[in-house]
Amino acid sequence: MRVTFTVNGEERVVDDVWEGESLLYVLRERCGLPGSKNACEQGECGSCTVYLDGTPVCACLVAAGQAEGGTVRTVEGLAEGHRLDPLQEAFVECGAVQCGFCTPGLIVAAHDLLARTDGVPADTEIREALAGNLCRCTGYEQIIEAVRLAAGRGAGPS
Amino acid sequence: MSMEFLRPATWAEALAMKAERPDARPIAGGTDVMVELNFDRTRPPALLDLTAIPELATWNTDIVPGWIRIGAGMTYTRIIEELGGMFPGLAIAARTVGSPQIRNRGTIGGNLGSASPAGDLLPVLLANRGAEVWVESVRKKAGPYPVYDFFTGPKRNLLAPDELIREVRMRVTHGPEQFAKIGTRNAMVIAVCSFALTLDPGEREVGTGIGSAGPTPLLAFDAGEYLAGELDWEGAGPLDDRVARRFGELVAAAANPIDDVRGTAEYRRHALSVMARRTLGWAWADYRKGAAECA
Ligand SMILES: Cc1cc2nc3c(=O)[nH]c(=O)nc-3n(C[C@H](O)[C@H](O)[C@H](O)COP(=O)(O)OP(=O)(O)OC[C@H]3O[C@@H](n4cnc5c(N)ncnc54)[C@H](O)[C@@H]3O)c2cc1C
Ligand code: FES
Ligand code: FES
Repeated sequence: MRVTFTVNGEERVVDDVWEGESLLYVLRERCGLPGSKNACEQGECGSCTVYLDGTPVCACLVAAGQAEGGTVRTVEGLAEGHRLDPLQEAFVECGAVQCGFCTPGLIVAAHDLLARTDGVPADTEIREALAGNLCRCTGYEQIIEAVRLAAGRGAGPS
Repeated sequence: MSMEFLRPATWAEALAMKAERPDARPIAGGTDVMVELNFDRTRPPALLDLTAIPELATWNTDIVPGWIRIGAGMTYTRIIEELGGMFPGLAIAARTVGSPQIRNRGTIGGNLGSASPAGDLLPVLLANRGAEVWVESVRKKAGPYPVYDFFTGPKRNLLAPDELIREVRMRVTHGPEQFAKIGTRNAMVIAVCSFALTLDPGEREVGTGIGSAGPTPLLAFDAGEYLAGELDWEGAGPLDDRVARRFGELVAAAANPIDDVRGTAEYRRHALSVMARRTLGWAWADYRKGAAECA
């Protein structure tokens, strides 16, 4: 089937999509956007987190056809050209990226938290917002620090 | 294998499609269906996507006085944000579901459709004495099933192949509500067992619901009757510890748990009696606070 949707501001028409395919597969394998990662395909790890119509979701649990006419924003759509989003910069500075597999999903989930929060969110709020994202490397402390740092620098809605 | 993707834009269209293709699998948030698809556990000949039907994702309180209608497509996140004031127990349960991403997508209709004994909203619906699941098909006009009749076994419910879940209706009681769930961690956890409690000060009745301790979500009917008769509704005095203990025992007795990977039957019974006592303590404290404010 054909799926037409907007990805990172650009309209995409994707053909030959299998009806049972996930949005994650469409993004990675058909749109050339491998930022969103595929680790579990069952909603447990959050590494595939993208915005769908402004709401963070697991792209592995969205059927491709459910995105028809919708608007998707992936981690690739957060930086402006070569200028990283302040949150991405904070991740780099804090050592919140080791193998990096969890990073795109965490960035999108944290980006949403900052967009919803005035000022620096409490640690409990950060932990709650990122509860759906697993990281096997960092132990999370650096990630939480990065979110705090970006929030402190006024990284809000963008 | 080829599969069809059906995407009705209206409820009438959805019913017509389901009548024509009873083998089409409804998909709402996809948080259960997509896992099955991704792992090759299901290959339905068609998917029937319900997310493009605007009225499914709405709620309102103006159909029957004292009742709310919650569309099947309401997500956990919206239930927490929009209905938490009216139904604190429903919101507490919704907050324990999965993760933010799962709550943004998963729906109340999907929880009923999956009919897992561990579905976290289900004990809360049971505790809302009289809550109804409204289903509809082209063949039969919309009608209610009492929630306690809706589940027929593990992951089985009364839905006929041509029927869809349209909405849930709950009584608005304005009473204290609580929910507690046992799991190995805070996020992303299937209940080892859970318990929901509603105190209905207007009717002086007690509603109960047990999750994950039987083939279906269960009522603890005798426990509720006992408690309703023992509570000091009038004087709003302190809770009698013996009453709380007896209530816990009756809740545990109403469960029908098994041993499985998440816990033993004995542990589940014990945990239920503890959760019943604790939720009662919290709910009764709420009640007394309310009574003091009114006095
Ligand atoms: C990582 C993860 C964590 C989870 N954690 C929890 C948890 O903590 N607690 C919990 O209770 N659940 C949990 N779940 C399960 C799931 O999120 C819930 O059961 C959710 O309510 C399903 O809703 P959905 O809209 O995503 O359903 P879908 O997957 O779209 O559908 C579920 C079932 O219901 C049917 N269906 C959906 N809507 C209708 C309708 N209107 N009419 C008829 N049939 C319909 C579908 O055909 C399917 O059989 C979790 C799932 C995942 C992936
Ligand atoms: S790949 Fe989607 S949540 Fe893990
Ligand atoms: S950096 Fe390796 S999983 Fe998070």
